Amino acid sequence: MGLLDANLLQAIILSVIVASTPLLLAACGELVAERAGVLNLGVEGMMIMGAVCGFAGAHLTGSTLLGTLAGILAGVAMAAVFAALTLGLAVNQVATGLALTIFGLGLSGLIGAGFVGQRITRAPQLFIPVLSDLPFVGPILFGQDAFVYFSIVLVVGIWWFLYSTRPGLVLRAIGDNHASAHALGYPVLRLRAAAVLFGGACAGLAGAYLSLAYTPFFIAGMTAGRGWIALALVVFASWRPGRLAAGAYLFGAVTILQLHAQGAGLGIPPQLMTSLPYLATVIVLIIISRARGTAGSAAPASLGLAFVPDR
Amino acid sequence: MQRLLIAAAAVIALSASAAAQEKLKVGWIYVGPVGDFGWTYQHEVGRQAVVKALGDKVDTTYLENVSEGPDAERSIEQLARSGHKLIFTTSFGFMDATVKVAKKYPNIFFEHATGYKREKNLATYSARFYEGRTIQGLIAAKMSKSGIMGYIVSVPIPEVISGINATMLAAQTINPNIKVKIIWIGEWFNPGKEAAAAQALMDQGADVLMQHTDSAAAVETGAKRGIPSFGQDSDMIKFGPKTQLTAIVNNWGPYYIERTKLVLDGKWTSGDVWGGLKSGMVTMAPYTNMPDDVKKIAEDAQAAIAAGKLYPFKCPVVAQDGKTVECKGGATLDDGQILGMNWYVKGVDDKVPGK
Repeated sequence: MGLLDANLLQAIILSVIVASTPLLLAACGELVAERAGVLNLGVEGMMIMGAVCGFAGAHLTGSTLLGTLAGILAGVAMAAVFAALTLGLAVNQVATGLALTIFGLGLSGLIGAGFVGQRITRAPQLFIPVLSDLPFVGPILFGQDAFVYFSIVLVVGIWWFLYSTRPGLVLRAIGDNHASAHALGYPVLRLRAAAVLFGGACAGLAGAYLSLAYTPFFIAGMTAGRGWIALALVVFASWRPGRLAAGAYLFGAVTILQLHAQGAGLGIPPQLMTSLPYLATVIVLIIISRARGTAGSAAPASLGLAFVPDR
Repeated sequence: MQRLLIAAAAVIALSASAAAQEKLKVGWIYVGPVGDFGWTYQHEVGRQAVVKALGDKVDTTYLENVSEGPDAERSIEQLARSGHKLIFTTSFGFMDATVKVAKKYPNIFFEHATGYKREKNLATYSARFYEGRTIQGLIAAKMSKSGIMGYIVSVPIPEVISGINATMLAAQTINPNIKVKIIWIGEWFNPGKEAAAAQALMDQGADVLMQHTDSAAAVETGAKRGIPSFGQDSDMIKFGPKTQLTAIVNNWGPYYIERTKLVLDGKWTSGDVWGGLKSGMVTMAPYTNMPDDVKKIAEDAQAAIAAGKLYPFKCPVVAQDGKTVECKGGATLDDGQILGMNWYVKGVDDKVPGK
């Protein structure tokens, strides 16, 4: 059987990290936006734009770093469109987000048409000398690419920002009650715009990770629904960064383990295994809604509501 | 307002067709984006071949990303109404919609890929991809040191299962004890998941990779670890310059040109074409990254299949449960048995999902 073999276990953990990182990156951005009270369903669209522009950037300049920046900028540009519509014109957030996803999928196909079938060098893994040679944990902890380390820094950074800084507190206040925050003199729309743009940057980065590191090529529609999983993750995590990281790794782990279970011939129906992550989300949603009275960490109260300041 | 728009569109379409009266209008309906570098991409290459060969006599149009539902019927009808005289619908799921529209427009010729419902003005066509799988099985068995082949698959339809069986039957002629590890990812197209599946197969000891999914992810992932692999739908050598062994390439161009010419000459008739290596509808990418003796085995097999001397499903065929399959085609399984294949041959250590 050999499923418990140390080499195999190490390989599985490495695969799980790679599969989880794009989900974690995109979900981090969405978490901040939702904490500010903005529901942006356009994650998938921003992500695929990040993927195509990241790939295009890397292909044209030959630099992974410039490609990554191009991906982030593409995500920000998409988010700016969303912010202009939902914050500037107070348009319905759900409809705008859905439109953003459809728009992104279409536009990325158009931009990417010339890049299909091209290839670039994969983003390098940063082997840290000595440490990455440690048995078992070495390659796992010290042999990842920059995106993976950044995603961890991002989670810790967001956690610190939301719970230990004044702007973080204001951001949460805006998400929970924009009218009161406005009455206290906080710039609701400006902070929300910043949160939305940050969300776009993270989604763009997640997309760039897909086309630069995960599978270094571009194909139309290559995000394959990961933006939607990121959205589900934010709910799964009940809007908390720590749980978000745990959730992203859980999703990644289930995805990879079901592939290994099939390869090892364990005889579990693949359809059941494939549906497990989504089943888990539904179960967590049920638990959250049951515990809402006591846990008090449900959705930000102003989530998805348009705010028009009374000037 | 909407009615006005439709009327306006019709007027534009009519005047456009009047202006280009001498040119035959040919349309394609694609299920995916032309940029998938797989199934739809190859149909698009076929359309471009038509433009290149007959560009002075035909005008071509395509609609991409058409979903296999009510949208399909609307899209096919849109092509029919705007003066197209020959329409190719290129996915199994377009079958019923194509039949419906074909009945409505008896003077327009329709061609549906991979389906089985025909009309007087509706022909069907498909390719014997399993012939290419036979060659891959031979190469894989020769190249594998561990005796384990890794196979990434999409959804359990007969085309996919016959591919697995053809691979296994061929591989067993080289190494009777060869094993195949199979991972179903449940979709045709998800590069990340395809890469993860390739990774899992290699981690479990597979040292040659093959796939029946649409992206180059498996080839690319294998290349990273120096594991040989086979491309799918199109030549993916760019993604594994030192590891791709060959690829099954869908070559629709010659068929599209032939059928368009028949319409131009007024000789088009309905029918069913199931082309393979012989007619060139299935071709193999160059045999690369393998020793000369393996290359020779592959080339000989290709020539023998094309010449009708080697049959991928030559009787007797023994099923997974040890029973010999009824031989309906004389010396081989007949086309109906291959088109409806939903069982594994002996030696495949997997269960067909949903069975």
